[in-house]
Amino acid sequence: MRTRTGAGRQVAVYAALVVFAVIYIYPFIIQLSTSFKTDAEANTNPLGIWPQNPTSEAFRRLGEEDFPLWFQNSIVVTVIVTVSRVFLCSLAGYALARLRFRGRDAVFTGILAVMAVPGVVLLIPKFLILNYLGIYNTFPALFVPLMVDAASVFIMKQFFESIPPSVEEAARIDGAGTFRIFWSVVLPMARPALITLSILSFQGSWNELGHFIIATSDPALFTLTRGVAQLTSGGLGAGNQFPITMAAALLMTIPSALVFIVFQRYFTQGANAGAEKG
Amino acid sequence: MSSLRQPRGAGTRRRTGLPDQKAAGWLFLSPMVLILGLFLVIPIGMALWVSFTDWTGRGSPFSSRVSFVGGDNYSALITQEGLSRQDFMLSMRNTFYYVLGVVPVQTVLALFLAVIVNQKFLRGRTFFRTAFYFPSVVSSVAISLVFLYLFTGTGAINRALAAVGIVGPNWLQDPRGVLHLLGDQLGFWNIDAPPSGLASTQVMNLSLWEWMKGPSVALSTIMIQVIWTTAGTFMLMFLAALQDLPTEVEEAAMVDGANRWQRFRYVTLPHLRPTVLLVLTLGVIGTWQVFDQMYVMTQGGPAKTTLTPAYLSYAAAFNQQQWGQGAAIAFILFLLIFVLTSIQRWVLRDGDEPSRRGRRTRVSARPETAVQP
Repeated sequence: MRTRTGAGRQVAVYAALVVFAVIYIYPFIIQLSTSFKTDAEANTNPLGIWPQNPTSEAFRRLGEEDFPLWFQNSIVVTVIVTVSRVFLCSLAGYALARLRFRGRDAVFTGILAVMAVPGVVLLIPKFLILNYLGIYNTFPALFVPLMVDAASVFIMKQFFESIPPSVEEAARIDGAGTFRIFWSVVLPMARPALITLSILSFQGSWNELGHFIIATSDPALFTLTRGVAQLTSGGLGAGNQFPITMAAALLMTIPSALVFIVFQRYFTQGANAGAEKG
Repeated sequence: MSSLRQPRGAGTRRRTGLPDQKAAGWLFLSPMVLILGLFLVIPIGMALWVSFTDWTGRGSPFSSRVSFVGGDNYSALITQEGLSRQDFMLSMRNTFYYVLGVVPVQTVLALFLAVIVNQKFLRGRTFFRTAFYFPSVVSSVAISLVFLYLFTGTGAINRALAAVGIVGPNWLQDPRGVLHLLGDQLGFWNIDAPPSGLASTQVMNLSLWEWMKGPSVALSTIMIQVIWTTAGTFMLMFLAALQDLPTEVEEAAMVDGANRWQRFRYVTLPHLRPTVLLVLTLGVIGTWQVFDQMYVMTQGGPAKTTLTPAYLSYAAAFNQQQWGQGAAIAFILFLLIFVLTSIQRWVLRDGDEPSRRGRRTRVSARPETAVQP
């Protein structure tokens, strides 16, 4: 009795999983296969997995336009943002977690307040300051405002509070200065948190759209998200030329996919670290 | 949090013992304070000022040619008859239905996926978990492009529907309201000739007929996309909570004779309560801000049925050069999200503490009540 219902249940669970796996994976398969189809086949046979006349025409045409430049901009911005967030946010997180000084609690309250501001209402304010400072439509406008992130400071503070202070105290007795303790003693211990933060920063800046819309207007300063979003309104003449849009979507997904596959277990932690701030 | 209260005494002692910590502390904080101050705190102040002016985007918003218009930008959205208010109300209506549809469905789907992925006998768990979570790490722009293609009139979705004999709509071009269509199907009204009482009664620049439209087919398509994308993130939160559930508790319930559904309803679900509330809160905060999909896929159309406050704010400022209006919409949205978050924080706090305290008693108490006929 028990085994029979168990077997029926197992079949039901597997059936549900397979249905959902198809719903979740098939769109990516269509994306992959369409990017190798001709325009005509993309319109007449959207469901087919194997292109009848495989062609890399879509990629070639992307390569002829601004796409490589956007890709390059995205990589440069993502690297700068990730490196600076990891360094600056752990510095700040460490100060908030361990150093004793007047004004620290006020700064931390400020961090919590900043985290409560919904990102999308900042589009106009960010444009105003970039414009006011005269750096609107320049390359630094793409990354400088993203170099620090309140939620990342919060995550690092929580992490530093979770490790025992005894090692730092030993180093302090040996006469090491505060920055030296931070750099040579604390940061090496913080490796898991630093990896989680790197991944969150990478993901955040690679996929960011809103900030890049309001920071520049020159196509030479577009990132991938901004440039590719333009494709739908007929940029590169791609209005209904789906192989081009699918190829663009595919190419911008590959770096995310690689990072995701290599660091999968950190993603799980990251999702939950992000959750705790709520 | 404990660090805020606990180190008071210790802090004073250390501060006198180690005088260099003040300098180091502020030095460590300075890049963060500078960047967040310059690109977040000050700009919010600037935008607040702009929301009380008629700035058109030319020159400095603080120059003498820009006039202070008081609360005009706000009253144009809320109290004055006119196109601005009509657009704003349309965006509020659309987003209201959007939130009402997306938040419950993505929460239930995430919980469902977490429960089936968490089955003990399951092989290939990592594969399924990865498949469901993967869309969450992909750019919203890339996903939007894929869905634009899948949901074209002759696209993959309609081909698949045609295979089972259903004629699909022209998804992202279809402005008809889902509730209008439903009522039409059920014979309550004719969608082409709405009841005159509903069509002629105006509330805040929109007829009752417009208010009860439901999400349009186009907006529903975006809702499907967003549910599909975000369910994986919330699934991970539910999975983490499920793995926290001590197996002894389940076993105790099983010994007491609780069946599978009773164990889920009276043991698992109460344990998940804080996570459910968290997922609902994050869902509401996220959905009210929806912007990317509108920017990439619809630009507010068709017939303004995918207009949202976030997109309207952007379009008013950057496309129509009505910066005061755009900033005012942003602040109203800010206030709305703040109020909703506060209400939910309060519910969350209320629900979290007792359930933590009550968990130990529930362990023994609930299964007994559960097996009562």
